[in-house]
Amino acid sequence: MLINKSPDIRYSEVTPKALYFNRRKFLTAIPAAFLGARAFAGTKLPNLAKSSFSTSEAQNSFNDVTHYNNFYEFGVPKDAPARYAQNFKTNPWTLSVEGAVAKPHKYSIDDLMHLAPLEERIYRHRCVEGWSIVVPWAGYSLSALLKQAEPTPKAKFVAFESYYDPGQMPLARQSGLDFPYIEGLRMDEAMHPLTMLTLGMYGETLPPQDGAPVRLTVPWKYGFKSAKSLVKIKLVEKQPPCTWNIANPQEYGFYSNVNPAVPNPRYSQATERRLGEFRRRPTLPFNGYADQVASLYNGMDLRKYY
Amino acid sequence: MLRSRWTKGAVFLLCLLPFARLAWRFHTGDLTPNPIEFVTHFTGDWAIRFVVATLAISPLRKLLHLPDLIRFRRMFGLFAFFYATLHFATWFGLDKFFDTHEILADFTKRRFIIAGLVAYLSMVPLALTSTKGWIRRLGGRRWQLLHRLIYVTGIAVVVHYYWLVKSDIRLPVFYGSLVAVLLAYRTAAALWTRRAPAVS
Repeated sequence: MLINKSPDIRYSEVTPKALYFNRRKFLTAIPAAFLGARAFAGTKLPNLAKSSFSTSEAQNSFNDVTHYNNFYEFGVPKDAPARYAQNFKTNPWTLSVEGAVAKPHKYSIDDLMHLAPLEERIYRHRCVEGWSIVVPWAGYSLSALLKQAEPTPKAKFVAFESYYDPGQMPLARQSGLDFPYIEGLRMDEAMHPLTMLTLGMYGETLPPQDGAPVRLTVPWKYGFKSAKSLVKIKLVEKQPPCTWNIANPQEYGFYSNVNPAVPNPRYSQATERRLGEFRRRPTLPFNGYADQVASLYNGMDLRKYY
Repeated sequence: MLRSRWTKGAVFLLCLLPFARLAWRFHTGDLTPNPIEFVTHFTGDWAIRFVVATLAISPLRKLLHLPDLIRFRRMFGLFAFFYATLHFATWFGLDKFFDTHEILADFTKRRFIIAGLVAYLSMVPLALTSTKGWIRRLGGRRWQLLHRLIYVTGIAVVVHYYWLVKSDIRLPVFYGSLVAVLLAYRTAAALWTRRAPAVS
Protein backbone atom coordinates (compact mmCIF):
# COMPACT_ATOMS: atom_id res chain seq x y z
CA MET A 1 0.00 0.00 0.00
CA LEU A 2 1.02 3.59 -0.01
CA ILE A 3 3.60 5.25 2.12
CA ASN A 4 2.58 8.53 3.64
CA LYS A 5 4.96 11.41 3.83
CA SER A 6 6.24 12.21 7.25
CA PRO A 7 4.25 15.19 8.53
CA ASP A 8 7.25 17.24 9.53
CA ILE A 9 8.72 17.42 6.04
CA ARG A 10 7.24 20.32 4.16
CA TYR A 11 7.63 21.04 0.50
CA SER A 12 9.49 24.24 1.28
CA GLU A 13 12.01 22.14 3.11
CA VAL A 14 12.61 19.75 0.25
CA THR A 15 13.13 22.38 -2.41
CA PRO A 16 16.55 21.67 -3.91
CA LYS A 17 19.21 23.95 -2.52
CA ALA A 18 20.28 25.25 -5.91
CA LEU A 19 16.75 26.30 -6.73
CA TYR A 20 16.35 27.82 -3.32
CA PHE A 21 19.37 30.04 -3.74
CA ASN A 22 18.28 30.87 -7.23
CA ARG A 23 15.09 32.43 -5.97
CA ARG A 24 15.05 35.56 -8.11
CA LYS A 25 15.30 33.58 -11.29
CA PHE A 26 12.71 31.22 -9.94
CA LEU A 27 10.21 33.98 -9.24
CA THR A 28 10.58 35.56 -12.64
CA ALA A 29 9.94 32.14 -14.15
CA ILE A 30 6.44 32.04 -12.72
CA PRO A 31 4.80 34.65 -14.99
CA ALA A 32 6.40 32.94 -17.98
CA ALA A 33 4.76 29.71 -16.98
CA PHE A 34 1.46 31.56 -16.68
CA LEU A 35 1.76 32.70 -20.29
CA GLY A 36 1.81 29.15 -21.61
CA ALA A 37 -1.32 28.22 -23.53
CA ARG A 38 -1.85 25.06 -21.49
CA ALA A 39 -2.79 24.84 -17.86
CA PHE A 40 -0.05 25.99 -15.56
CA ALA A 41 -0.56 23.15 -13.15
CA GLY A 42 2.59 21.94 -11.53
CA THR A 43 4.28 25.34 -11.27
CA LYS A 44 6.22 25.46 -8.03
CA LEU A 45 5.03 27.94 -5.43
CA PRO A 46 8.12 28.96 -3.51
CA ASN A 47 8.26 30.55 -0.08
CA LEU A 48 4.94 29.37 1.26
CA ALA A 49 4.47 30.65 4.78
CA LYS A 50 3.74 28.06 7.45
CA SER A 51 0.36 28.16 9.10
CA SER A 52 -0.69 27.49 12.66
CA PHE A 53 -3.86 25.94 11.23
CA SER A 54 -1.87 23.02 9.86
CA THR A 55 -2.37 19.57 11.27
CA SER A 56 0.65 17.45 12.11
CA GLU A 57 -1.11 14.32 10.85
CA ALA A 58 0.55 12.37 8.06
CA GLN A 59 -0.19 13.80 4.64
CA ASN A 60 -1.61 11.68 1.89
CA SER A 61 0.55 11.10 -1.13
CA PHE A 62 0.30 13.48 -4.08
CA ASN A 63 -0.66 10.46 -6.16
CA ASP A 64 -3.67 9.66 -3.95
CA VAL A 65 -4.93 13.21 -3.98
CA THR A 66 -4.59 13.48 -7.76
CA HIS A 67 -6.03 10.07 -8.68
CA TYR A 68 -9.04 9.83 -6.44
CA ASN A 69 -11.24 12.80 -7.23
CA ASN A 70 -14.86 13.80 -7.22
CA PHE A 71 -15.02 16.37 -10.02
CA TYR A 72 -18.16 15.29 -11.83
CA GLU A 73 -17.65 17.74 -14.69
CA PHE A 74 -14.84 15.41 -15.78
CA GLY A 75 -16.67 12.14 -15.14
CA VAL A 76 -18.11 10.33 -12.13
CA PRO A 77 -15.59 7.52 -11.46
CA LYS A 78 -12.89 8.56 -9.02
CA ASP A 79 -10.14 7.99 -11.59
CA ALA A 80 -11.93 9.89 -14.37
CA PRO A 81 -10.84 13.47 -13.54
CA ALA A 82 -7.16 12.47 -13.53
CA ARG A 83 -7.66 11.21 -17.08
CA TYR A 84 -10.09 13.64 -18.59
CA ALA A 85 -9.11 16.95 -16.98
CA GLN A 86 -5.53 17.00 -18.24
CA ASN A 87 -6.19 19.42 -21.11
CA PHE A 88 -8.48 21.66 -19.10
CA LYS A 89 -7.68 25.22 -20.17
CA THR A 90 -7.18 27.35 -17.09
CA ASN A 91 -5.29 30.21 -18.65
CA PRO A 92 -6.49 32.90 -19.07
CA TRP A 93 -8.84 32.75 -16.12
CA THR A 94 -11.14 35.27 -14.50
CA LEU A 95 -12.65 35.08 -11.05
CA SER A 96 -15.39 37.65 -10.66
CA VAL A 97 -16.24 38.98 -7.21
CA GLU A 98 -19.58 40.71 -7.37
CA GLY A 99 -22.98 41.25 -5.77
CA ALA A 100 -23.40 43.08 -2.49
CA VAL A 101 -19.94 44.64 -2.50
CA ALA A 102 -18.66 48.18 -2.86
CA LYS A 103 -15.79 47.11 -5.09
CA PRO A 104 -16.71 44.36 -7.53
CA HIS A 105 -13.71 43.19 -9.48
CA LYS A 106 -12.61 40.59 -12.00
CA TYR A 107 -9.38 38.96 -10.84
CA SER A 108 -6.81 37.14 -12.92
CA ILE A 109 -4.88 34.27 -11.34
CA ASP A 110 -1.86 36.54 -11.27
CA ASP A 111 -3.89 39.06 -9.24
CA LEU A 112 -4.95 36.33 -6.84
CA MET A 113 -1.40 35.00 -6.47
CA HIS A 114 -0.33 38.41 -5.20
CA LEU A 115 -3.40 39.45 -3.25
CA ALA A 116 -2.13 38.03 0.03
CA PRO A 117 0.91 36.00 1.13
CA LEU A 118 0.48 32.37 0.13
CA GLU A 119 0.46 29.99 3.05
CA GLU A 120 0.77 26.25 3.21
CA ARG A 121 -2.06 24.84 5.29
CA ILE A 122 -2.25 21.14 5.93
CA TYR A 123 -5.94 20.36 6.34
CA ARG A 124 -8.00 17.28 6.87
CA HIS A 125 -10.52 16.79 4.06
CA ARG A 126 -13.55 14.57 4.74
CA CYS A 127 -15.81 13.45 1.92
CA VAL A 128 -19.50 12.80 2.56
CA GLU A 129 -18.88 9.32 1.12
CA GLY A 130 -16.88 8.31 4.16
CA TRP A 131 -13.25 8.72 3.09
CA SER A 132 -10.77 11.35 4.10
CA ILE A 133 -7.37 12.70 3.15
CA VAL A 134 -4.79 15.13 4.56
CA VAL A 135 -3.67 17.70 2.02
CA PRO A 136 -1.11 20.52 2.14
CA TRP A 137 -3.03 23.27 0.40
CA ALA A 138 -1.54 26.58 -0.69
CA GLY A 139 -3.49 29.80 -0.50
CA TYR A 140 -4.86 32.22 2.05
CA SER A 141 -8.04 32.98 3.96
CA LEU A 142 -10.93 33.78 1.64
CA SER A 143 -11.62 36.73 3.93
CA ALA A 144 -8.61 38.54 2.41
CA LEU A 145 -10.35 38.59 -0.96
CA LEU A 146 -13.80 39.36 0.44
CA LYS A 147 -12.51 42.25 2.55
CA GLN A 148 -10.94 43.78 -0.51
CA ALA A 149 -14.33 43.75 -2.22
CA GLU A 150 -15.86 45.60 0.78
CA PRO A 151 -19.08 43.71 1.45
CA THR A 152 -22.16 45.89 2.01
CA PRO A 153 -24.60 45.26 4.91
CA LYS A 154 -26.76 43.32 2.47
CA ALA A 155 -24.11 40.62 2.15
CA LYS A 156 -25.44 37.76 4.30
CA PHE A 157 -24.32 34.78 2.22
CA VAL A 158 -21.67 34.03 -0.36
CA ALA A 159 -22.54 32.12 -3.54
CA PHE A 160 -19.80 30.29 -5.42
CA GLU A 161 -19.90 29.18 -9.01
CA SER A 162 -17.54 26.76 -10.74
CA TYR A 163 -16.49 26.90 -14.36
CA TYR A 164 -18.62 24.94 -16.80
CA ASP A 165 -17.97 24.36 -20.46
CA PRO A 166 -19.79 21.38 -22.02
CA GLY A 167 -17.15 21.40 -24.78
CA GLN A 168 -14.30 20.81 -22.36
CA MET A 169 -16.45 18.77 -19.99
CA PRO A 170 -18.44 16.40 -22.21
CA LEU A 171 -18.80 13.81 -19.41
CA ALA A 172 -20.58 16.26 -17.13
CA ARG A 173 -23.96 15.41 -18.60
CA GLN A 174 -23.63 11.76 -17.56
CA SER A 175 -23.35 12.69 -13.91
CA GLY A 176 -27.01 13.47 -13.39
CA LEU A 177 -26.16 16.83 -11.80
CA ASP A 178 -26.99 20.30 -13.11
CA PHE A 179 -24.03 22.47 -14.00
CA PRO A 180 -22.44 24.90 -13.45
CA TYR A 181 -21.69 23.62 -9.98
CA ILE A 182 -22.86 26.09 -7.38
CA GLU A 183 -22.18 26.24 -3.67
CA GLY A 184 -22.75 28.62 -0.81
CA LEU A 185 -21.65 29.66 2.65
CA ARG A 186 -23.05 31.92 5.29
CA MET A 187 -21.11 35.19 5.51
CA ASP A 188 -19.52 34.33 8.86
CA GLU A 189 -18.46 30.93 7.53
CA ALA A 190 -16.94 32.52 4.45
CA MET A 191 -15.10 35.08 6.58
CA HIS A 192 -13.79 32.47 9.01
CA PRO A 193 -9.99 32.35 8.82
CA LEU A 194 -10.01 28.57 8.21
CA THR A 195 -11.97 29.05 4.98
CA MET A 196 -9.40 29.14 2.25
CA LEU A 197 -9.07 30.48 -1.25
CA THR A 198 -6.81 27.77 -2.56
CA LEU A 199 -4.39 28.21 -5.46
CA GLY A 200 -2.13 25.25 -4.97
CA MET A 201 -1.27 22.06 -3.14
CA TYR A 202 1.91 20.15 -2.33
CA GLY A 203 3.87 23.31 -3.02
CA GLU A 204 2.62 23.64 -6.59
CA THR A 205 -0.25 25.23 -8.45
CA LEU A 206 -3.39 23.08 -8.45
CA PRO A 207 -3.60 20.14 -10.86
CA PRO A 208 -6.70 20.36 -13.09
CA GLN A 209 -8.43 17.41 -11.42
CA ASP A 210 -8.15 19.06 -8.01
CA GLY A 211 -9.90 22.26 -9.06
CA ALA A 212 -7.33 24.36 -10.93
CA PRO A 213 -6.64 27.18 -11.00
CA VAL A 214 -8.50 28.38 -7.91
CA ARG A 215 -10.86 26.62 -5.53
CA LEU A 216 -12.48 26.87 -2.16
CA THR A 217 -11.39 24.82 0.86
CA VAL A 218 -13.70 24.61 3.86
CA PRO A 219 -12.11 21.96 6.06
CA TRP A 220 -14.91 21.49 8.61
CA LYS A 221 -17.54 20.72 5.99
CA TYR A 222 -17.99 17.71 3.71
CA GLY A 223 -15.79 17.97 0.66
CA PHE A 224 -18.50 18.88 -1.83
CA LYS A 225 -18.85 22.28 -0.15
CA SER A 226 -15.32 23.13 -1.32
CA ALA A 227 -16.19 24.11 -4.89
CA LYS A 228 -13.49 23.71 -7.54
CA SER A 229 -12.36 25.88 -10.47
CA LEU A 230 -14.14 29.01 -9.29
CA VAL A 231 -15.25 31.67 -11.76
CA LYS A 232 -17.70 33.64 -9.65
CA ILE A 233 -18.07 34.67 -6.03
CA LYS A 234 -21.25 36.60 -5.44
CA LEU A 235 -22.25 38.15 -2.13
CA VAL A 236 -25.98 37.87 -1.66
CA GLU A 237 -28.73 38.54 0.85
CA LYS A 238 -30.53 35.18 0.75
CA GLN A 239 -29.23 31.64 1.22
CA PRO A 240 -28.03 30.60 -2.22
CA PRO A 241 -28.97 27.30 -3.90
CA CYS A 242 -26.32 24.54 -3.92
CA THR A 243 -25.88 21.79 -6.51
CA TRP A 244 -26.04 18.70 -4.26
CA ASN A 245 -28.74 20.22 -2.14
CA ILE A 246 -30.87 20.69 -5.26
CA ALA A 247 -30.12 17.13 -6.41
CA ASN A 248 -31.00 15.49 -3.10
CA PRO A 249 -32.08 17.81 -0.28
CA GLN A 250 -32.61 15.00 2.27
CA GLU A 251 -28.99 13.97 2.04
CA TYR A 252 -27.02 17.14 1.40
CA GLY A 253 -28.01 20.10 3.52
CA PHE A 254 -26.88 23.66 3.02
CA TYR A 255 -24.56 23.51 6.02
CA SER A 256 -23.16 20.00 5.58
CA ASN A 257 -20.81 20.33 8.51
CA VAL A 258 -18.90 17.14 9.21
CA ASN A 259 -20.94 15.56 11.99
CA PRO A 260 -20.57 11.95 13.16
CA ALA A 261 -23.84 12.23 15.09
CA VAL A 262 -25.99 13.04 12.07
CA PRO A 263 -26.13 10.14 9.63
CA ASN A 264 -26.70 10.59 5.96
CA PRO A 265 -29.43 8.22 4.69
CA ARG A 266 -26.78 6.16 2.93
CA TYR A 267 -23.68 6.64 5.07
CA SER A 268 -23.53 6.48 8.85
CA GLN A 269 -20.88 9.25 9.06
CA ALA A 270 -19.70 7.91 12.43
CA THR A 271 -16.47 6.64 10.89
CA GLU A 272 -14.29 7.32 7.89
CA ARG A 273 -11.48 5.67 6.02
CA ARG A 274 -8.36 7.77 5.69
CA LEU A 275 -6.94 6.84 2.31
CA GLY A 276 -3.94 4.62 2.90
CA GLU A 277 -5.26 3.21 6.16
CA PHE A 278 -6.86 -0.17 6.54
CA ARG A 279 -9.19 0.36 9.48
CA ARG A 280 -11.85 3.03 9.65
CA ARG A 281 -11.28 5.77 12.18
CA PRO A 282 -13.90 7.70 14.13
CA THR A 283 -15.08 10.89 12.45
CA LEU A 284 -14.65 14.01 14.56
CA PRO A 285 -17.28 16.75 14.96
CA PHE A 286 -16.55 19.52 12.47
CA ASN A 287 -13.82 17.27 11.12
CA GLY A 288 -11.66 18.05 14.14
CA TYR A 289 -12.04 21.84 13.80
CA ALA A 290 -14.74 22.17 16.48
CA ASP A 291 -12.57 24.43 18.68
CA GLN A 292 -12.36 26.97 15.89
CA VAL A 293 -15.80 26.79 14.31
CA ALA A 294 -18.37 25.24 16.68
CA SER A 295 -19.28 28.68 18.03
CA LEU A 296 -20.54 29.70 14.59
CA TYR A 297 -23.46 27.37 15.18
CA ASN A 298 -24.34 28.18 18.79
CA GLY A 299 -28.01 27.64 19.44
CA MET A 300 -28.58 25.87 16.14
CA ASP A 301 -30.06 22.39 16.00
CA LEU A 302 -27.45 20.65 13.88
CA ARG A 303 -29.81 17.76 13.18
CA LYS A 304 -32.19 20.17 11.55
CA TYR A 305 -29.52 22.27 9.88
CA TYR A 306 -27.45 19.35 8.60
CA MET B 1 -20.44 -27.12 -29.58
CA LEU B 2 -22.47 -26.14 -26.51
CA ARG B 3 -22.62 -29.79 -25.51
CA SER B 4 -18.88 -30.28 -25.43
CA ARG B 5 -17.26 -30.88 -22.09
CA TRP B 6 -14.53 -28.49 -23.19
CA THR B 7 -16.99 -25.65 -23.68
CA LYS B 8 -18.14 -25.95 -20.12
CA GLY B 9 -14.58 -25.92 -18.87
CA ALA B 10 -13.74 -22.92 -21.02
CA VAL B 11 -16.78 -20.98 -19.83
CA PHE B 12 -15.88 -21.82 -16.24
CA LEU B 13 -12.41 -20.38 -16.73
CA LEU B 14 -13.85 -17.30 -18.44
CA CYS B 15 -16.10 -16.71 -15.44
CA LEU B 16 -13.03 -16.84 -13.21
CA LEU B 17 -11.20 -14.21 -15.26
CA PRO B 18 -12.57 -11.22 -13.31
CA PHE B 19 -11.38 -12.85 -10.11
CA ALA B 20 -7.98 -13.50 -11.66
CA ARG B 21 -7.81 -9.88 -12.75
CA LEU B 22 -8.64 -8.73 -9.25
CA ALA B 23 -5.99 -11.01 -7.80
CA TRP B 24 -3.45 -9.67 -10.30
CA ARG B 25 -4.30 -6.07 -9.44
CA PHE B 26 -3.94 -6.93 -5.77
CA HIS B 27 -0.59 -8.55 -6.48
CA THR B 28 0.71 -5.52 -8.39
CA GLY B 29 -0.71 -3.03 -5.88
CA ASP B 30 -3.00 -1.58 -8.54
CA LEU B 31 -6.18 -1.28 -6.47
CA THR B 32 -6.58 2.54 -6.59
CA PRO B 33 -6.02 4.83 -3.59
CA ASN B 34 -9.08 3.25 -1.92
CA PRO B 35 -8.53 -0.51 -2.36
CA ILE B 36 -11.41 -1.68 -0.16
CA GLU B 37 -13.89 0.46 -2.05
CA PHE B 38 -12.46 -0.72 -5.35
CA VAL B 39 -12.75 -4.40 -4.42
CA THR B 40 -16.29 -3.84 -3.13
CA HIS B 41 -17.38 -2.20 -6.38
CA PHE B 42 -15.51 -4.66 -8.58
CA THR B 43 -17.04 -7.75 -6.97
CA GLY B 44 -20.47 -6.10 -6.82
CA ASP B 45 -20.33 -5.30 -10.53
CA TRP B 46 -19.57 -8.91 -11.38
CA ALA B 47 -22.21 -10.26 -9.02
CA ILE B 48 -24.92 -8.20 -10.72
CA ARG B 49 -23.66 -9.18 -14.19
CA PHE B 50 -23.86 -12.86 -13.31
CA VAL B 51 -27.32 -12.47 -11.80
CA VAL B 52 -28.49 -10.92 -15.08
CA ALA B 53 -26.70 -13.63 -17.08
CA THR B 54 -28.40 -16.34 -15.00
CA LEU B 55 -31.79 -14.76 -15.54
CA ALA B 56 -31.08 -14.51 -19.27
CA ILE B 57 -30.44 -18.23 -19.80
CA SER B 58 -34.01 -19.51 -19.88
CA PRO B 59 -35.38 -16.83 -22.26
CA LEU B 60 -32.33 -17.14 -24.53
CA ARG B 61 -32.73 -20.95 -24.70
CA LYS B 62 -36.18 -20.52 -26.13
CA LEU B 63 -35.60 -17.44 -28.26
CA LEU B 64 -32.40 -18.74 -29.82
CA HIS B 65 -33.55 -22.39 -29.88
CA LEU B 66 -30.45 -23.37 -27.93
CA PRO B 67 -31.73 -25.71 -25.20
CA ASP B 68 -28.17 -26.69 -24.33
CA LEU B 69 -27.60 -23.28 -22.78
CA ILE B 70 -29.17 -24.82 -19.68
CA ARG B 71 -25.78 -26.38 -18.97
CA PHE B 72 -24.50 -22.95 -17.96
CA ARG B 73 -27.38 -21.75 -15.83
CA ARG B 74 -26.24 -23.31 -12.58
CA MET B 75 -22.66 -22.26 -13.26
CA PHE B 76 -23.65 -18.63 -13.82
CA GLY B 77 -25.88 -18.70 -10.76
CA LEU B 78 -23.06 -20.07 -8.62
CA PHE B 79 -20.64 -17.49 -10.01
CA ALA B 80 -23.17 -14.78 -9.14
CA PHE B 81 -23.17 -16.20 -5.61
CA PHE B 82 -19.36 -16.43 -5.62
CA TYR B 83 -18.88 -12.76 -6.55
CA ALA B 84 -21.73 -11.70 -4.26
CA THR B 85 -20.06 -13.56 -1.39
CA LEU B 86 -16.77 -11.78 -2.07
CA HIS B 87 -18.70 -8.51 -2.26
CA PHE B 88 -20.53 -9.15 1.01
CA ALA B 89 -17.42 -10.39 2.77
CA THR B 90 -15.42 -7.35 1.63
CA TRP B 91 -18.05 -5.04 3.03
CA PHE B 92 -18.54 -7.01 6.23
CA GLY B 93 -14.96 -7.93 6.98
CA LEU B 94 -12.76 -5.31 5.36
CA ASP B 95 -14.90 -2.19 5.13
CA LYS B 96 -16.78 -2.55 8.42
CA PHE B 97 -14.14 -4.81 9.98
CA PHE B 98 -16.81 -6.96 11.67
CA ASP B 99 -18.10 -3.93 13.54
CA THR B 100 -21.40 -5.57 14.41
CA HIS B 101 -22.75 -2.41 15.98
CA GLU B 102 -22.37 -0.39 12.80
CA ILE B 103 -23.40 -3.33 10.61
CA LEU B 104 -26.65 -3.75 12.55
CA ALA B 105 -27.29 -0.03 12.22
CA ASP B 106 -26.76 -0.35 8.48
CA PHE B 107 -29.15 -3.31 8.29
CA THR B 108 -31.90 -1.29 9.89
CA LYS B 109 -31.24 2.21 8.60
CA ARG B 110 -29.62 2.16 5.17
CA ARG B 111 -32.10 1.13 2.56
CA PHE B 112 -29.49 0.23 -0.04
CA ILE B 113 -27.85 -2.13 2.45
CA ILE B 114 -31.22 -3.73 3.26
CA ALA B 115 -31.85 -4.31 -0.46
CA GLY B 116 -28.35 -5.75 -0.83
CA LEU B 117 -28.91 -8.06 2.12
CA VAL B 118 -32.22 -9.26 0.65
CA ALA B 119 -30.46 -9.93 -2.64
CA TYR B 120 -27.68 -11.89 -0.97
CA LEU B 121 -29.89 -13.88 1.40
CA SER B 122 -32.21 -14.81 -1.47
CA MET B 123 -29.23 -16.41 -3.21
CA VAL B 124 -28.15 -18.58 -0.28
CA PRO B 125 -30.89 -21.26 -0.55
CA LEU B 126 -30.43 -21.31 -4.32
CA ALA B 127 -26.72 -21.96 -4.02
CA LEU B 128 -27.27 -24.61 -1.33
CA THR B 129 -29.88 -26.51 -3.34
CA SER B 130 -28.12 -26.20 -6.68
CA THR B 131 -27.01 -29.84 -6.78
CA LYS B 132 -28.68 -32.75 -8.54
CA GLY B 133 -29.19 -34.39 -5.15
CA TRP B 134 -31.25 -31.46 -3.93
CA ILE B 135 -33.37 -31.43 -7.07
CA ARG B 136 -34.18 -35.08 -6.34
CA ARG B 137 -34.80 -34.49 -2.68
CA LEU B 138 -37.12 -31.55 -3.26
CA GLY B 139 -38.74 -32.88 -6.38
CA GLY B 140 -38.59 -31.00 -9.65
CA ARG B 141 -41.68 -28.88 -9.12
CA ARG B 142 -40.83 -27.73 -5.61
CA TRP B 143 -37.22 -27.15 -6.60
CA GLN B 144 -38.33 -25.00 -9.50
CA LEU B 145 -40.71 -23.05 -7.30
CA LEU B 146 -37.92 -22.38 -4.79
CA HIS B 147 -35.57 -21.27 -7.52
CA ARG B 148 -37.97 -18.58 -8.63
CA LEU B 149 -36.36 -16.73 -5.73
CA ILE B 150 -33.85 -15.60 -8.36
CA TYR B 151 -36.53 -13.13 -9.50
CA VAL B 152 -36.37 -11.55 -6.05
CA THR B 153 -32.57 -11.52 -6.34
CA GLY B 154 -32.75 -9.79 -9.72
CA ILE B 155 -35.05 -7.06 -8.47
CA ALA B 156 -33.21 -6.62 -5.16
CA VAL B 157 -29.75 -6.24 -6.74
CA VAL B 158 -31.02 -3.55 -9.08
CA VAL B 159 -32.75 -1.70 -6.25
CA HIS B 160 -29.58 -2.05 -4.15
CA TYR B 161 -27.51 -0.50 -6.93
CA TYR B 162 -30.04 2.21 -7.71
CA TRP B 163 -30.25 3.30 -4.08
CA LEU B 164 -26.48 3.21 -3.75
CA VAL B 165 -25.49 5.61 -6.53
CA LYS B 166 -25.53 9.33 -5.78
CA SER B 167 -26.56 10.92 -9.04
CA ASP B 168 -25.30 8.95 -12.03
CA ILE B 169 -28.09 6.38 -12.44
CA ARG B 170 -27.10 5.11 -15.88
CA LEU B 171 -25.75 1.70 -14.86
CA PRO B 172 -28.50 0.81 -12.36
CA VAL B 173 -31.06 1.81 -14.98
CA PHE B 174 -29.26 -0.31 -17.57
CA TYR B 175 -29.25 -3.43 -15.39
CA GLY B 176 -32.78 -2.61 -14.26
CA SER B 177 -33.97 -2.56 -17.86
CA LEU B 178 -32.36 -5.93 -18.53
CA VAL B 179 -33.94 -7.49 -15.46
CA ALA B 180 -37.30 -5.91 -16.35
CA VAL B 181 -37.20 -7.32 -19.87
CA LEU B 182 -36.17 -10.78 -18.64
CA LEU B 183 -38.92 -10.88 -16.02
CA ALA B 184 -41.50 -9.43 -18.43
CA TYR B 185 -40.64 -12.18 -20.89
CA ARG B 186 -41.34 -14.81 -18.26
CA THR B 187 -44.62 -13.20 -17.27
CA ALA B 188 -45.72 -13.02 -20.89
CA ALA B 189 -44.65 -16.62 -21.52
CA ALA B 190 -46.49 -17.84 -18.41
CA LEU B 191 -49.67 -15.99 -19.38
CA TRP B 192 -49.42 -17.38 -22.88
CA THR B 193 -49.05 -21.02 -21.82
CA ARG B 194 -51.82 -20.64 -19.29
CA ARG B 195 -54.16 -19.32 -21.93
CA ALA B 196 -53.10 -21.72 -24.65
CA PRO B 197 -54.94 -24.84 -23.38
CA ALA B 198 -58.16 -22.86 -22.91
CA VAL B 199 -58.06 -21.80 -26.52
CA SER B 200 -57.55 -25.29 -27.94
